[in-house]
Amino acid sequence: MNDTHPHDPGLPLEPLPGHSSRGRLERILRRGEFAVTAELNPPDSANPEDVYERAAIFEGWVDGINAVDASGANCHMSSVGICALLTRMGYAPIMQISARDRNRIAIQGDVLGASAMGVQNILCLTGDGVQAGDQPGAKPVFDLDCMSMLETIRTMRDEGKFLSGRKLTTPPGVFLGAAINPFAPPNDFRPYRLGKKIAAGAQFVQSQYVFDIPMFKEYMKKVVDLGYAEKCFILAGVGPMASAKTAKWIRTNVPGIHIPDNIIRRLEGAENQKQEGKQICIDMINEVKEIEGVSGIHVMAYRQEEYVAEIVHESGVLKGRQPWKREVSRSEAIAAAHASEVHEGQLQNQQDLVKAAATHQS
Amino acid sequence: MAEAAKKPTGTAYQPAGVSPSRRAGRSYTIRLWSVRHSRFLEIIYNLFADLFLKLHPFWKAVGYSRAEKPVKFIERNVKGLLFDCRMCGQCALSSTGMSCPMNCPKQLRNGPCGGVRANGNCEVEPDMPCVWVQAWKGSRNMEKGDAILNVQKPVDQSLRETSAWLRVTALAAKAKEAPAQDKGAAK
Repeated sequence: MNDTHPHDPGLPLEPLPGHSSRGRLERILRRGEFAVTAELNPPDSANPEDVYERAAIFEGWVDGINAVDASGANCHMSSVGICALLTRMGYAPIMQISARDRNRIAIQGDVLGASAMGVQNILCLTGDGVQAGDQPGAKPVFDLDCMSMLETIRTMRDEGKFLSGRKLTTPPGVFLGAAINPFAPPNDFRPYRLGKKIAAGAQFVQSQYVFDIPMFKEYMKKVVDLGYAEKCFILAGVGPMASAKTAKWIRTNVPGIHIPDNIIRRLEGAENQKQEGKQICIDMINEVKEIEGVSGIHVMAYRQEEYVAEIVHESGVLKGRQPWKREVSRSEAIAAAHASEVHEGQLQNQQDLVKAAATHQS
Repeated sequence: MAEAAKKPTGTAYQPAGVSPSRRAGRSYTIRLWSVRHSRFLEIIYNLFADLFLKLHPFWKAVGYSRAEKPVKFIERNVKGLLFDCRMCGQCALSSTGMSCPMNCPKQLRNGPCGGVRANGNCEVEPDMPCVWVQAWKGSRNMEKGDAILNVQKPVDQSLRETSAWLRVTALAAKAKEAPAQDKGAAK
């Protein structure tokens, strides 16, 4: 899962021609393999092991782990924090940034910080309104929107400057993503809106849950006709519903999720609804992977993460994949060497150390 | 949007039907009328913008900064009535089908977001028609409606409460003068 450069901590992997990041997700997509990304359930805790534990399920077979930024406007561990932990462990995160909570100053700072930590993929979101979450009294920020955020980060990466025009000494080499919702009105505008996102800098997009295959096919046809599928990798969002009751609740209470009645009926009619939810998800994967222009899937299985592996395994989408070779990064070696001093229990003599620092002896 | 979904548990938070920022008792009638008549308003605006530009020598003589106060007053009231204008100072109505994007609770300049309800209403304010669904409708009537496909820059908050009309006029006048000056220099 490690995707950093063996010789330079700031440079994960050798840059490849035509690649803007050095991450695994971009490489997999550009070499034409069917990508699989998954969403990490963010913990409501300050314990790093909660993140490690939740990421361990995805070890090795996922090309990117989405670190969500207070999704649904519910407060959890921050996406920056999750990414710091994930990169420390050598996972490849996709950092989500929502325009809801931070202004342009904070966002640009976070992008630099994330890239320095080794985050290779950034996903720009507008974000749900604060009314949808656990703290509806919060002040909504929405200083940028997903589109201007994409453009801002692309400018940082490609032109090496902030939105203000101030120069960066090392630009963030990130693979830029966005979200699409083909199922919300105005439906005839949705494909063009993807075009706008591509124009603003989106290189890959993850879609909202796909449950309505005819609607998604229609959308994808338009997208392919407009030539957008060649300019951008499209990952279809899929996920299991735990029961018919959950599905109904989600469709009325979570903004932007469209679940047609036939899916609800299929869940209701099943003896084991959880099992049926999983089967529907597998069926959706098998449907979407045949649709022209779809480059991968994004599996969202909130509180059912343990099923993601089963779903992906049973769907067989990883068949024919080239094995991924992990590389040890120099930054990890530096951090390990530094940590080994601590392990050895070496004492730090402050007076000697300050003298050495003052006289510039190393 | 790839947001995680929530399980229905007994204690799960039920989202409020309305946002705290909702304006009480506001009717959307005039705003929706403007969107329906976006082509008409586009023609009017073009005539008006030309007139304003012709008045450039006058604005210059008076001084753009001195004209600011009265023009802003008129602009606020006219656009306030027609579009529920929020005086962001950088009007995008021509690119947004005559539907003011600052009325979007997320103030999206490049909407709509993924949360639009199936009936075309807003995710945050369930009884308000989505500003961007309206914008798309309005843009389809307009001659230069495809401007909605351009990516809009983020709002410059330092321009709030200033006249967009005067700014656009001053910029247009400058653009007009610039090539004339170039010609003069070439001679």
